[in-house]
Amino acid sequence: MKEYIIRLVYVEMLGHDASFGYIHAVKMIHDDSLLVKRTGYLAVTLFLNEDHDLIILIVNTIQKDLKSDNYLVVCAALNAVCKLINEETIPAVLPQIVELLAHPKEAVRKKAIMALHRFYQKSPSSVSHLVSNFRKRLCDNDPGVMGATLCPLFDLITNDVNSYKDLVISFVSILKQVAERRLPKAYDYHQMPAPFIQIKLLKILALLGSSDKQASENMYTVVGDIFRKCDSSSNIGNAVLYECICCVSSIYPNHKLLVSAADAISRFLKSDSHNLKYMGIDALGRLIKISPEIAEQHQLAVIDCLEDPDDTLKRKTFELLYKMTKSTNVEVIVDRMIDYMNSINDNHYKTEIASRCVELAEQFAPSNQWFIQTMNKVFEHAGDLVNIKVAHNLMRLIAEGFGEDDDTADSQLRSSAVESYLHILGEPKLPSVFLQVICWVLGEYGTADGKYSASYITGKLCDVAEAYSNDETVKAYAVTALMKIYAFEIAAGRKVDMLPECHSLMEEFLASHSTDLQQRAYELQAVIGLDAHAVESILPSDASCEDIEVDKALSFLNDYIQESIEKGAQPYIPESERTGMLNISNFRNQDHHEASSHGLRFEAYELPKQTVQARIPPASLASTELVPVPEAMYPRESYQTTTVPSVSSDAASTELKLRLDGVQKRWGRQTHFPSTSTSNSTSLKTVNGITQVDGSNTANSRTRETYDSRKQVEISPEKQKLAASLFGGPSKTEKKSATGHKSSKPSSHMVKSHAPKSSMEVASEKTSVQQPPDLLDFGEPTVRSTAPSLDPFKDLEGLLEPTTQVSSAVNHSSTAAVTKSPDIMGLYTETTAGAHHKDSDILSGLSKPPMTNMVGGTTTMQVAQSSKGPNLKDSLEKDALVRQIGVTPSSQNPNLFKDILG
Amino acid sequence: MGIRFILMVNKQGQTRLAQYYEWLTLEERRALEGEIVRKCLARNEQQCSFVEQRNYKIVYRRYASLFFLVGVDNDENELAILEFIHLLVETMDRHFGNVCELDIMFHLEKAHFMLEEMVMNGCIVETSKANILTPVQLLEKT
Repeated sequence: MKEYIIRLVYVEMLGHDASFGYIHAVKMIHDDSLLVKRTGYLAVTLFLNEDHDLIILIVNTIQKDLKSDNYLVVCAALNAVCKLINEETIPAVLPQIVELLAHPKEAVRKKAIMALHRFYQKSPSSVSHLVSNFRKRLCDNDPGVMGATLCPLFDLITNDVNSYKDLVISFVSILKQVAERRLPKAYDYHQMPAPFIQIKLLKILALLGSSDKQASENMYTVVGDIFRKCDSSSNIGNAVLYECICCVSSIYPNHKLLVSAADAISRFLKSDSHNLKYMGIDALGRLIKISPEIAEQHQLAVIDCLEDPDDTLKRKTFELLYKMTKSTNVEVIVDRMIDYMNSINDNHYKTEIASRCVELAEQFAPSNQWFIQTMNKVFEHAGDLVNIKVAHNLMRLIAEGFGEDDDTADSQLRSSAVESYLHILGEPKLPSVFLQVICWVLGEYGTADGKYSASYITGKLCDVAEAYSNDETVKAYAVTALMKIYAFEIAAGRKVDMLPECHSLMEEFLASHSTDLQQRAYELQAVIGLDAHAVESILPSDASCEDIEVDKALSFLNDYIQESIEKGAQPYIPESERTGMLNISNFRNQDHHEASSHGLRFEAYELPKQTVQARIPPASLASTELVPVPEAMYPRESYQTTTVPSVSSDAASTELKLRLDGVQKRWGRQTHFPSTSTSNSTSLKTVNGITQVDGSNTANSRTRETYDSRKQVEISPEKQKLAASLFGGPSKTEKKSATGHKSSKPSSHMVKSHAPKSSMEVASEKTSVQQPPDLLDFGEPTVRSTAPSLDPFKDLEGLLEPTTQVSSAVNHSSTAAVTKSPDIMGLYTETTAGAHHKDSDILSGLSKPPMTNMVGGTTTMQVAQSSKGPNLKDSLEKDALVRQIGVTPSSQNPNLFKDILG
Repeated sequence: MGIRFILMVNKQGQTRLAQYYEWLTLEERRALEGEIVRKCLARNEQQCSFVEQRNYKIVYRRYASLFFLVGVDNDENELAILEFIHLLVETMDRHFGNVCELDIMFHLEKAHFMLEEMVMNGCIVETSKANILTPVQLLEKT
């Protein structure tokens, strides 16, 4: 019989249904033979879940077996208890299990504890009075029972840390004993004393010590001991080390431990084993929250992992990058993420990456321009996976611009958006969300800068509506955009002639099954028929940001009412004062006050129109920009009204407030851009001093990174560049706070390098002429003048050509640099002091980066090599000289360097 | 929860042992096994032994023709699980003496008994080989 049951287990394991035999397994647990009984229990736990009908038949047997004299029978029953007892049957076995906690056999005590643990998982309330038992069992003299007790305690502590702070001392002393090999030899694994218990204890300590200084202080010694004792040549030793790092990064930080943790991480990252690298990356991600600077040491290892063909490692690295994103490196990271996103086809993970990109872009975007470009990319590649809110955000951003009084920049941004969208429309298949954004932007700003004619834009919009004819939302957006463009044309006094395809489109929509589309089409017709003045007040140009004041009291009708009353009409009686009309008035109330919310509407579209502002996007568009044909004067008046004290009922006025609140919240400036994003407008007017800081900082961060690269000569220049852009951040921000300059500068710097527009380019060129010291920042300024590009590597390639031009500029500007020397020197020495142990390399570092930036520039490399000086002493001397002179040498112009140094 | 499931699968993708610590229906099990086995078998020696799935990770280790796959929560220590697999194999080795796929096939229940001693409710509860094997050996004698 036993054999048959095992065959059944096999059958199930291979994926076939074996439910016909379940009952035989249930029968088997009654068997007298111990082996058969246990096999029966095993089969039942594998076949049944806790809500199966047959469980009823088993509970009785379990109760009987729990009382058995043979401890093996009790163990078998307890195993089944862990798997099969559901919430309702807990009381049936609970008293017996509590008794078993004091059983002489440690195996039984252990399983009884685990049974209680199971009950706790199922329904915490059922065992809440027994929690003290877990504490008691922690002091059990059998290490197995103690080890098992850690599992329920871990769960308990996870849920409620504060009640268990008193146990810190006990846990620490247990861990100490374990680490000192006080446990029986049987628990050793590969010469490590009870590593699994150690790991569990460290997990618990991490929970208890998190943001609790006092508790953490108790742990420092023992964790430090383990760091020392762990044998890092075996896997299990590394597992314990990793757990230590997790613990250290979770508890109140201690400098010494952080150093040991950083050491361990660097060992992980340097190892050849991919497993260890993975653990190292993960640990780095944890530790980076506490001490961001350690990432710099490992930049190259991280980049190796990023380029590793192993997908798991790659993903983990992206997770790390996500954690260490700052405004300085966000561009590189997000670019990388988008590239990776395009290369995978796992929708689940793609969605995750897309949302991370969006999150990072919103949080750290150095400029709105960049934000829009990034969003375009995300939409293009993963549009259907992105939340619609993101699209609304993008529209809002384009409409609001920088939020500062820099109108030219705003309109530049918009026209660049329009241009890029017109370009993107050429792509064959675009996601619906993205098309909505495109249509909206084209409608709003397509003709704003006069670059494109209305007929061109409308033609494009018609194409969109036709090409995506099964997507009603997109079509609706397209129609509204058409209407806006025609309205702007009319308002500007130009004659409008509809394109033939637009006509046919309208005819189609007028007969559309979708009432929304129909409505929009009719509105379009109506708007076109109006005169310029009316149209302008209906759809004012670029007014999407203006809040519309709504006169809920309809005060503009007062004159009319007065007139009517004089003519003998009945004055209005508020509905609440009327009798016998309760039901109806209720309805009407709703109708009036919630007309634009979700309730059923009893009247057609007239009422809500005036209450909503013109720039609400898709969902409510129906009620936004429409103008009811018969009452075309309404909205116009409502625009002009200065709100008159509300005459209507209370309900109306509170309602009014509420709604405006909502509007504010939605459209007010939100937290999307931390201070960095606002730096954009200032970036064009960079002040001299600040640019200098920028330059020297970059130089400094480069030094550090080339220090690494000197040790590993074979690393490719691209990698180094990537490392620079990823890790340059930390040192920059660090130094910046030291020098006390404006913190948003580095980002403005980046902005320029990406700005694709001609005027930006001009501006940056100007700055480079006017402010020579800026040129000391070798790599980046040249990027500015290269053609617009989205890929940093392309920028790099572009570097080759402009260098000559720049070096001449350096020459020309050298005098200016010298006159400014005190200033620069101050900054320079200050920043180098931060990296004193690398001082010796600063010179070589300074001369090296440009050369590494050049793809295949072997000849320059040699020049740079020779100018660098062969040994350390040499470069030290030169370094000192450089400081005296106050000019940073640049390999782009080795001659200058030689001249100054003699 | 920690460990969600333990699977032993041979090179052909046939399941040799399956233990789940959360209830899944037969179809769910079949789909899950198919998916992860395909993923893990496709990986090579140099790649790391961890695979991230939707909301859990798989730690796997290969012994000759047999793959051991353990599904764990995201906050679990992967290296420790990797070593746990090895501990399991060492334990079986001690019991069967040079354990192979056939041992597990023909003594499925014993492999399960050992697992039952080592893991309960998805937690590692026992790591001493002697403690794990005593009950199993006692059962054999009766």
